[in-house]
Amino acid sequence: MTRPSPESLAQRAAAQRSAPPAATSAQSAPVAATGAQSLVKSLEALGVEVVFGIPGGAILPAYDPLFDSKLRHILVRHEQGGGHAATGYAQATGKVGVCMATSGPGATNLVTPIADAYMDSVPLVAITGQVARPAIGTDAFQEADIQGITLPITKHNFLVQSADDLPRVLAEAFHLAATGRPGPVLVDIPKDVLQAQTTFSWPPALDLPGYRPTLHPHGKQIREAARLIMAAKRPVLYVGGGVLKAQATEALRELAELTGIPVVTTLMARGAFPDSHTQHVGMPGMHGTVSAVYALQRSDLLITLGARFDDRVTGKLDSFAPDAQIIHADIDPAEIGKNRHADVPIVGDVKYVLEELIAALNSETHPAREEWWAQLNDLRTRYPLGWEEPEDGTLAPQYVIKRLGEIAGPDAVYVAGVGQHQMWASQFISYEKPATWLNSGGLGTMGYAVPAAMGAKVARPDAVVWAIDGDGCFQMTNQELATCALEGIPIKVAVINNGNLGMVRQWQTLFYNSRYSNTDLGTHKHRIPDFVKLAEALGCIGMRCESAEDVDKTIEAAMAINDAPVVIDFVVGKDAMVWPMVAAGTSNDEIQFARGVRPTFDEDDL
Amino acid sequence: MSKHTLSVLVENKPGVLARVAGLFSRRGFNIDSLAVGETEHPEVSRITVVVNADEQPLEQVTKQLNKLVNVLKIVELEPSTAVQRELLLVKVRADRPVRSQVLETVELFRAKVVDVAPDALTIEATGTAEKLDALLRDLEPYGIKEMVQSGLVAIGRGSRSITANPALRLAA
Repeated sequence: MTRPSPESLAQRAAAQRSAPPAATSAQSAPVAATGAQSLVKSLEALGVEVVFGIPGGAILPAYDPLFDSKLRHILVRHEQGGGHAATGYAQATGKVGVCMATSGPGATNLVTPIADAYMDSVPLVAITGQVARPAIGTDAFQEADIQGITLPITKHNFLVQSADDLPRVLAEAFHLAATGRPGPVLVDIPKDVLQAQTTFSWPPALDLPGYRPTLHPHGKQIREAARLIMAAKRPVLYVGGGVLKAQATEALRELAELTGIPVVTTLMARGAFPDSHTQHVGMPGMHGTVSAVYALQRSDLLITLGARFDDRVTGKLDSFAPDAQIIHADIDPAEIGKNRHADVPIVGDVKYVLEELIAALNSETHPAREEWWAQLNDLRTRYPLGWEEPEDGTLAPQYVIKRLGEIAGPDAVYVAGVGQHQMWASQFISYEKPATWLNSGGLGTMGYAVPAAMGAKVARPDAVVWAIDGDGCFQMTNQELATCALEGIPIKVAVINNGNLGMVRQWQTLFYNSRYSNTDLGTHKHRIPDFVKLAEALGCIGMRCESAEDVDKTIEAAMAINDAPVVIDFVVGKDAMVWPMVAAGTSNDEIQFARGVRPTFDEDDL
Repeated sequence: MSKHTLSVLVENKPGVLARVAGLFSRRGFNIDSLAVGETEHPEVSRITVVVNADEQPLEQVTKQLNKLVNVLKIVELEPSTAVQRELLLVKVRADRPVRSQVLETVELFRAKVVDVAPDALTIEATGTAEKLDALLRDLEPYGIKEMVQSGLVAIGRGSRSITANPALRLAA
């Protein structure tokens, strides 16, 4: 087997990037084409570089012209992997990710990644084959009503009824996916539509009379927001993933430094504001830092930017930030007032919102808010993130993740699965730049990491991409390592192997009397599977690390390999827990710094 | 909770009703009544939905509806400034001895008889929900054999139109 070298891959991708961006400006006179050819030509015209997919009966006509196209198709091993890879690609670049599958089971296997992209507002276009039009509704072989199935989990979806519609529908799908609040769009194409004769011309006219996202905020709301900001004694910039989506991180930094207001970044916004910045007080939420949770709870003004008052952030909603007035800026009007009343609602692209707020506040003299900062700094000092070394002498998972972040550095891209390892990866790696932290925040999809890392590495071949996965998650989607090995996508995977479904086990420890029902995966007890052997079987290099002394050199050995995917089986203790924690359904005020340890706040001392 | 009448203008395309109805059930709203039909613009359909909800959840469902790509415009019609009508067809037992009494009731409610059988009459009536309820109460003693009701349709009073073209920004 010959693998393309990383260099040749990098050049390949660079060449694709610098190729005429085929963008919508490229004109093309009408030419005769099949529906399938029209589909591929449309994707080329839309500037698509890569499609993650698997062929099958109904989508087969599309794969014939794809064979001759300059589009790169990456043959994945499971459609779910293709969907998450497209998501990883999109999250790492801001561009639309594309995945493709056949009808029936191919399409239904995309349901999880589509739902995942919907919850995390990822621009994704999923193209599915459908049985031929005369067979629709007859329970034909491999027929599933994927348009109906994905109605609640797509921003929009299409069932293409005529080959003539393909260029327009695809242009609309990409436009919908990428603009406004981004999201997944599904395009279902019956086989006979792909086979039909049509003409292809570009660009098509979009026909979306009901779609007009508001980009520019209302001046009156900006002025009102600026007035509240100047008057606030304990303001907080509550920053969500929308700031990354809007590529507004520079503007955020400018506003933060102009006003001197503390910043919290949610799980979806890690990297939107540098962790090392003195104004960053941490991640809020169920496993956030004491200082960030406290900042929200005691604030008198939340300046909410592209965040949505998710239950994982607010805790019990009634007692969330009880004294705070709310400025809520979001591109989606339905988010404003959904969970928490907004005193100043601002609908618009958060980049424009930030720019206009900066303009409105630029000439003001901003107060130092020394008392507020003293409280937050005190909490930062007294309650830093940390862990206790396991008493049984096992390797601490937090230590592994912290060292990984320190060795791979702030330019690497980190992609997590879901569970304890995800929370530790959000806590113990310092994120300094946008698009260096990818995870499944909203849906909480176990199995996200490996395929999403694959997509991120395809998008950014020059970056080091680490999947940080759990042993449970890893067993859901590791088959995509075969794709990585064969396609020359040298990702690195750190399996934080505690032998258990760790987060579920943590809840059983805390809330179910330590009755460990069905959480032991046997990856410790029986070493089934043996992750090193599994990695090797999948064409990767496998390593194992079981002690703290070996952590650095194992990570460094993995960092030195650039021509193949690497998997490290970090065998860690099963009893480590994620702290701090706000138990589900309780108030943020009940945050525990460690088990049974409630932080003391200054007002408690009175 | 209170009843609200929403006029939802949508693109006249396959599947749009499913998107609208699905959104209501998904977000936990009960639809009291629903009626769909074409408007004076053949490419636009009008869905009239009556929903029982508090002000805040209603605002949320309206915002979510607005996010549907095929939804063009949503207007809440207040009962005081709109004409609201439902259509009722009811089959009532009406033997010889009571037939004249039934016909008297029909007359009183300005309804009409649309089908006659030896032992039954089928009556058509339009009006507000209250009027139709009153009619049904009066007919009940004779024996209602079968009835069917349409969803409510409503239109604002006065000369203004919610389907005026510039507001809809329809594609040609």
